[in-house]
Amino acid sequence: MNNLFKAAFIIAGKDLYSEWKTKQVVTTMLIFAGLVIVTFSFAFDPSNNAVRAIIPGLIWVITIFSAILGLNRSFLSETKNDNLYGMIVSPTDPSSIYLGKVIANFIFVLIVQLVSIPALFILFDFRFMGNFPLFLAVVVLGTFGFISVGTFLAGLSSNSRSSEMLLPILLFPIVSPIIIAAVQATRILLIDIEQIASAISWIQLMGVYNLVFFVLCLVLFEYVLEV
Amino acid sequence: MILRGINLSIKKGETVAILGPNGAGKSTVLKILGGLIKASSGEVKVNGLDLKKDSYDVKRKIGFLAHNSFLYDHLTPLENLKFFGKLYGVENVEERAKQLIDEVGLSFFTHDPVRSFSRGMMQRIAIARAIIHQPEILLFDEPHTGLDQQAIKLLNDVILRMRDEGSTILMVTHDFQQAIETCDRFIIIKNGKIVDDLQNVERNIDTITEKYMEQVSGL
Ligand SMILES: Nc1ncnc2c1ncn2[C@@H]1O[C@H](COP(=O)(O)OP(=O)(O)OP(=O)(O)O)[C@@H](O)[C@H]1O
Ligand SMILES: [Mg+2]
Repeated sequence: MNNLFKAAFIIAGKDLYSEWKTKQVVTTMLIFAGLVIVTFSFAFDPSNNAVRAIIPGLIWVITIFSAILGLNRSFLSETKNDNLYGMIVSPTDPSSIYLGKVIANFIFVLIVQLVSIPALFILFDFRFMGNFPLFLAVVVLGTFGFISVGTFLAGLSSNSRSSEMLLPILLFPIVSPIIIAAVQATRILLIDIEQIASAISWIQLMGVYNLVFFVLCLVLFEYVLEV
Repeated sequence: MILRGINLSIKKGETVAILGPNGAGKSTVLKILGGLIKASSGEVKVNGLDLKKDSYDVKRKIGFLAHNSFLYDHLTPLENLKFFGKLYGVENVEERAKQLIDEVGLSFFTHDPVRSFSRGMMQRIAIARAIIHQPEILLFDEPHTGLDQQAIKLLNDVILRMRDEGSTILMVTHDFQQAIETCDRFIIIKNGKIVDDLQNVERNIDTITEKYMEQVSGL
């Protein structure tokens, strides 16, 4: 158990350090997020009050697409010199490789959210009045669910030549529930605060979804690496 | 089916050369032993431990060098070695990595990304990577490719020293001269089968070449 986390942190640390050196993934994600925000702030008049309704959707559009950008890279970067094999021949549990990748991808997306969500609020002149801890919980849970399933599928599709196309196709049906729950909960917390009870049920749904899929992916990742 | 009925038992401390034509299945044998691919049937045992069940304990003993370097292009030799050293739980990993870089003669390039390295320089670091945890079993796939004379001598010295320390070495090679200098058993693989197993033979390049030709050009 201890080994599982230790190796995962080593692998996540390597990915974060690589990113720190090359700055490829997060930069691409941030540029994408910036483009989305700029596009929408011109398409809709930010001073119009009704426009606030699109903010929950925008948060998740940015999250989903920047996550996919990162997920595609996540395992492709391990194929150049068969680097993944280097981990497989070492005494590293496949689950550690999965966990390490989840941690790294999760942190990349969190960084993008940390920059883009405040930027979104400022540009659309949105004053947050709801329950902030709950909002944070929704963002973290939704992102984690998406990343944990996405990392698994990215590993799976990296063995295929058309991995960049395969990933979104596989991802779509499996992550739909968590995305729906995340958007609903975010919408309630941001603009429809009276419905808070139903937001809590969406959060519970996300919690269960995350637990089930995360454990499944963790256990099954061994078969993803099998050649 | 790449391999057909490979049955091989190697004693501790043996140094074995695996010879054979391109595509014979030599790398595949090594990959199965290293746990990179799973055989459709059969099992791998090391010291009575099963590779599948006790993979943690077995893999810690194995040093694996493949055709590809396993190194990250954008990282320096030091960062690469530290990463893999940590995965193997090497103590004083920074010191060990520096010592190895020094040993393979690249201390001048410690802080350059390996992207800019030549083929032979890459191979030197790849060898350092494979032995960073002082493995008891070395699985080397064509370790001499791309190395210059000095590095070949260095590598042979490393292999001989590790043999003297009791390590077991399996080496796939096309370079008979190096095989003779370091190995005391020669296995010839053809079409996924072991066709010859030369033990206690004269370590003479002509003997080996003759045997090899007999098996390989025979059909
Ligand atoms: N991933 C794979 N999927 C299917 N067939 C493969 C795969 N890898 C290798 N092969 C086949 O297995 C056979 C043996 O390959 P292997 O790499 O073991 O040869 P080798 O003896 O190492 O050759 P070389 O001397 O060229 O390195 C070849 O016919 C090759 O086409
Ligand atoms: Mg080969």
